[in-house]
Parts: sequence; structure tokens; C-alpha cells
Amino acid sequence: MKRLSHMRRHKFAAPALIAAALITVGSAFSMASALPTVQHQQTSSGSTIVDEGKQIFLKGCSSCHGLNAEGSGIAPSLIGVGAAAVDFQVGTGRMPMADMSQQAMRKRPIYDAQQTAALAAYVASLAPGPKVVDPTSINWERDGNVADGGTLFRTNCAMCHNFAAQGGALTNGKYAPTLMGVEPKYIYEAMITGPQSMPKFSDTTLTPKDKADIIAWIQAADKEPATGGASLGRVGPVTEGLLVWTLGLGILIGVAVWLAMKAR
Amino acid sequence: MKARERVAGNVAGYIDDRTGAAKWAKKNLTKVFPDHWSFMLGEIALYSFIILLLSGTFLTFWYNPSQNEVVYNGSYVPLQNLAMSESYASTLRISFDIRGGLLMRQIHHWAALIFMAAIVVHLLRVFFTGAFRKPREANWLIGIGLLTLGIVEGFLGYSLPDDLLSGTGIRIAEAIIQAIPVVGSYLAFFAFGGAFPGHSFIPRIYTVHVLLIPGIFLALITVHLMLVWYQKHTQYPGPGRTEKNVVGYPLMPVYMAKAGGFFFIVFGITAFLGATASINPIWLYGPYTPGQISAGSQPDWYMGWLDGLVRMFPPLETHAFGHTISWNILTPGVIIPGILFTGMALYPFIESWIMNDKAEHHLLDRPRNAPNRTALGAMSLSFMLVALLNGGNDIIATHFHLTINGIMWFTRIGLIVVPPIVFIITKRLCLSLQRADRDVVLHGVETGRLVMMPSGEFVEVHAPISEAKKFVLTQHAQPAALTVPASDLNGTDAPGGIKAKLRARLSKAHAEQVPAPTATEAKALDHH
Repeated sequence: MKRLSHMRRHKFAAPALIAAALITVGSAFSMASALPTVQHQQTSSGSTIVDEGKQIFLKGCSSCHGLNAEGSGIAPSLIGVGAAAVDFQVGTGRMPMADMSQQAMRKRPIYDAQQTAALAAYVASLAPGPKVVDPTSINWERDGNVADGGTLFRTNCAMCHNFAAQGGALTNGKYAPTLMGVEPKYIYEAMITGPQSMPKFSDTTLTPKDKADIIAWIQAADKEPATGGASLGRVGPVTEGLLVWTLGLGILIGVAVWLAMKAR
Repeated sequence: MKARERVAGNVAGYIDDRTGAAKWAKKNLTKVFPDHWSFMLGEIALYSFIILLLSGTFLTFWYNPSQNEVVYNGSYVPLQNLAMSESYASTLRISFDIRGGLLMRQIHHWAALIFMAAIVVHLLRVFFTGAFRKPREANWLIGIGLLTLGIVEGFLGYSLPDDLLSGTGIRIAEAIIQAIPVVGSYLAFFAFGGAFPGHSFIPRIYTVHVLLIPGIFLALITVHLMLVWYQKHTQYPGPGRTEKNVVGYPLMPVYMAKAGGFFFIVFGITAFLGATASINPIWLYGPYTPGQISAGSQPDWYMGWLDGLVRMFPPLETHAFGHTISWNILTPGVIIPGILFTGMALYPFIESWIMNDKAEHHLLDRPRNAPNRTALGAMSLSFMLVALLNGGNDIIATHFHLTINGIMWFTRIGLIVVPPIVFIITKRLCLSLQRADRDVVLHGVETGRLVMMPSGEFVEVHAPISEAKKFVLTQHAQPAALTVPASDLNGTDAPGGIKAKLRARLSKAHAEQVPAPTATEAKALDHH
């Protein structure tokens, strides 16, 4: 008894108690928030598409994301990310990753449309999240204003994706990919799910109309004619400087050498 | 006499009667210039300047230097109905609605990049051949002035369109001004006429860009060329070329034709670039607003090293007496460039002091024959290149799948480690080349012809080089290092103290040479 009262008066007793309380509450909360998932799984276990998705998940995804999509040290939890995130990550070939590099690259998709839909249905069955975007519902061609989209893009996107949506560097080898040739559906899904380093743009941050504007501007940028000649990658003055020092000065010095050799 | 000749004669006579120009023209049109391709690098800069004046004048007809807000209703659809400054709107108008406007804008910008690049290669030629030595120190200083003004002028031009990229550049320039201790914020308020961005900056820099700096340019270029004329052009060493003559061809007709032709070639190449390669597509950047920024915002290449230094410098700040000193901006933005440009300007005086060299030099050095100078130049160049590399770190990272942090650390360490290594390697290379020269003079060149001697021994025949070549390889003076006498005759310490010792030490490094073959050594080969 005497020892216990000693420990109670120890200077680390209060911090240790707080830490223990925090851990208990935290674990209880995470267990509680995981509970609906279990229930959900049970209720939708009869659905074949979810079962099919679960089979694909167990084979192709669970080694990193965990058997119940709860995540691990190397991959995030997929509970609550929604069908839209799966459609974006798997549909653009980013998932499954080819290697454990800083960031998943866009590549040829591993799963076909049906398998992707099944995976999306399975992940959606774990917890509610954003739904797959129906391409016909965006209507960027009708609703999108290119000029407004440009302003929104420069305010919200250009700091990572570059002024002409050509992509840019982030820290430690991560990057914002180019948006050239990306389908409007995937741009929309990326905005609502915030894949990898990208922030989420909820409908209160950027309204569906704003998103349509941005997509309209990106589509226009994709078709932007090469006004003024070769575009040099639209990455700013670096390629311009490179061209001046190689082709420009190269030819000029070559001509100087030639003129000095010429008969007088 | 043909009618044409008679008319020309009458015109010339008319002018000569009134100005007495014939005597002047006769003397000056036959002025002799030495012939070498590397003497034409400065010409590229001169011709680019003329192109800049002409294309720039065209642009001023439509450009409107005003930060008043207007709503765009020109022909570029993706920006229609957007609010923007008049300067941006008028640059869009030049690009899309003025016939030939975009071509002129692109020629103007490409010519600016070529102008700066030509100044740099010209400067390197002058440095590595020792053309800055007495009596041309003043012209070296004018050249440094032109380089510095060129950087400022180029940056102002880049800033005028008031697009997102140029506004970002101005923002960084403002930050650098503010980083100057104590007076920084006052200077920034003075330059911008209030808080950033304000309405005054673009009209002000427009006047500076089109009037003040081009005026100073014209004056400095005139003096630069007059000094070349008056002091005569330097020449590479060769038979018959001395410190007292100039061997070459007359201005009229040889250089008139060559220089005239070269101008049109430079103009042609600039126009070709302007017509086929897009430069600074301001319509893609959009109008400037302080709340926006683009990934990959870079300055033009001649400021890239400065941007690279700012990007790599660690975030250091000190607070003292109510002032914040931002070392992270002040050091790379003000202190390092200040040291670099001051050192560059003072170099001719430093070298002449080290070697106590008061003689006139009209014969150029072959870079290998001044190993210390060549190594110093290569070292400085490598410093700039490492900094420039970091200026493009984001573009390099995305295009070569590297990490931007990795590039930054590579250049942070490289900025300190690479230049000394480059110095040592360059100096050794120069000395090796001198050794090779000595070998060629003393033993001739290898012929690849093997001869079997009566004893059965095989030897390769070496062919002696021509007398002219031998002269070029042996003509250079090799001044000895200065020495400090340990004590004077009375036994007291030598005057000068530490300064004299430092000078002797630098002079020893500077005078390190492989002995050039003497005339008797070279003669010995003939008896082989």
C-alpha cells in the first residue's frame, strides 16, 4: 500500500495518467468508429459485386492496405475513402503501385472497368464516402466558364500543377502530375477525394459549378494551340534559357568561327 | 570615268570640302583589326542590343504601362471578361491583336536572352585570355557595368507585362530589397510608392527600362568601343605579332563586310527563334494577383543563379534592437552577389598587384599559360553553374524523376565543395598542357613511323614542328614570383609585414609554371 501511494505522488504520475486516459479514449473511439463498418459488411454480405470486390481486394490490395482495409504502416486505411477514391486510384492505374516509390504514378490500369467497379463497391461498403462521379453529370462543356476556371485554377491549383497544368515538383520526390490528357471524371474525383499529396476540395470550398469551370479551363489548356511556335514544354524560363545556350549561342558561335575562317 | 563613279566622287568631294572628312576617313577606314572568331563574341551582344532597340521601340507603340484595372475583351477567349491591369491587357493586345506584335515581342525577348549570353561568353573570353590587363582595366570595369545593367534591364523587361510570372518576380525583388537591414522597408516603400504591389511600380520601371538604362547602355557601349578603337584590339601571339603592333586586316573593306554580314546573321537567327519558338507565353500565366503563384516560377536564365542561391540558403534569421535580419534572403540576394561582382570588377587590379605587373599587355595569354587565373575563372564559373542548377531544381526534379530536396542538398554542398575541386583540376590541367607544349617543342610530334635501327632497336620518328608553331608555344613571358627579403640590411624586419608576405604567397601561387623551353633548348632538337 505504501508503495502505491509513493507512486501516486511521483512527478510523472499525472502525465502518465493523462497518456493512459488518452490512449483508452482514442482506442475506444477508433473501435467505435470501426464498428459500423463491421455492421455494414454484414448487411451487404449478400451482394455479389461487393463479394467480388472483396476477393479482388484480398488478392491485390490487402498485403499493404490490410485484410480489412484498415491500413498499415506503409498504406493508409481505406475505410471511408469512398468509391470515388477507388475509381480514381485504380482507374488511372495508380493503384496497385508498381513499386514503393514516393508516389504512385499514372500507368495503364491493372484492373478493367468491371473489376474497378467491384473494388469501389467493396470499399464503399466499408463506410460511406464520395461516390463515383458520373461523367455525364459534370457538364463542364455546358456549365463551365473557361475564364472563371482559369482564375480558380491559378488560385487553387497552379502553385503545384503549374500555370499551364503541366505539373510541378513537391517535396522529397513527390510531384503534382500533369493534367494534360486527364479525363474530366478523374479530375473531378481527384478534387473531391484529394489523392496522395493533394488537398480535398469539398463542395463548400469549390462548388460543383467551380469544379466544372476548372475542368473547362483544363480542357481548354489541353487544346491550347501552340501560339508563337514550339511550346518548349510550357514550364517557364528554364527551357527558354536552355534553348538560348544550346541552339541560339551554338549557331551564333558556329557562324563566328565560320566567318573568321572565311577568305578575306 | 563612268557616270556612277563621277557622282560618287562629287558627293564625296562635297562632303570633304565642308568637313575635311577625307583625311579622317582615310586614316580610320584602314584601321587594322586582328582576326579571330573569339573577337566576334562581343559583336553578338552589340547586334542583339540594336535588335533590342528596334523591336523594343515597336513594342512601346502599343504597350501601356499602367496598373489601372480594365476588363479584357480582346481576342484571347480564355481570358475574356477578366479584370486585369492595363499593362497586361496591352501586352495581350500586342500578342493577339497587333499584326506582327507577337513576333516582335518574341524577337525582343529572345534577343534579350542572347544579349546576356553573348555578354557572358565575351566576358569569359576577355578574362581567360588576360585581355583585361593594363591598359584595358577601365574597359573591363565598363564591361562589368554593362553586365550588371543588363541583368537589371532584363529583369525590368520581364516584369513589365504584369502577368503572374512577372508579378512573382517583382514580389521576390521586393523581398530582397526589404531584406537590406534597417533601410530595407523604407527602400521598398520608396520603390513601390507604398505597399506592394501598388499602382506606381510598373509606370516607374517602364521609364527606367525604355529610357534611363538604354541611355546609359548607349553611352557605355560607345565608350567601350571607343576605348577598343583608341587602345587598339588585343591579339593572340604569333610570328610577327608584338606588344607594339597589330597584325590583321583593315576595317574597310574586310571588317565592314564581315561585321555587316554578321549583324544580319544575328538578326536572322533571333528572328528565326522569335518565329518558331514560344517565349514567355504571358496569356497562359494569366494576370497578376498577389494571391496566386505558379509551380516552376523562374527568372530568366541570367538571374537563375541568384534564384538558385535564394532557394538553397538555410532559413536563418536574427532579431536585434527591434529589427529582423533575414539572412536567408540577405546573404544570397545581396551579400554573395555583392562579393562576386566586386571581386570580378577588382580582379585586374588584384592580379597586377600580386605580380607587381605595371607593363602594358597587348598580346593575349593562352589560358594554359596563366594557370592560376584560368583556374580561378573556372572555379567562379563552377560556383555560378551550381547555383544556376538549383535555380531550376523543380524542373530538373520533375523531368528527371529526382527529389527536389536531394538537388537542394547536392547544390548546397556542391556550392562549397565543387569550386575548390574545379580550381585544383583546372590548374593541374593547365600545367599538364604546358608540359605537353614543352614536350612538343623539344621532341617534336609523333609521326607513327617506326624505324628499325642497325642494332635491331625500334624507334619512333618524331617530326619537329614548324618555326611558327614553336614561336607560339615558347613566346610567353613567365614572370617570377615576388619574394620578401627576410630582413633589410640593418637586420630589422622587412617593411610591409603581413601584407608583403601575403602578396609574396599569392604571387608564388600565381607564378607557378612549367618552364617554357629556352631558345638553346629548342635549338638542340635540330641536332637530334
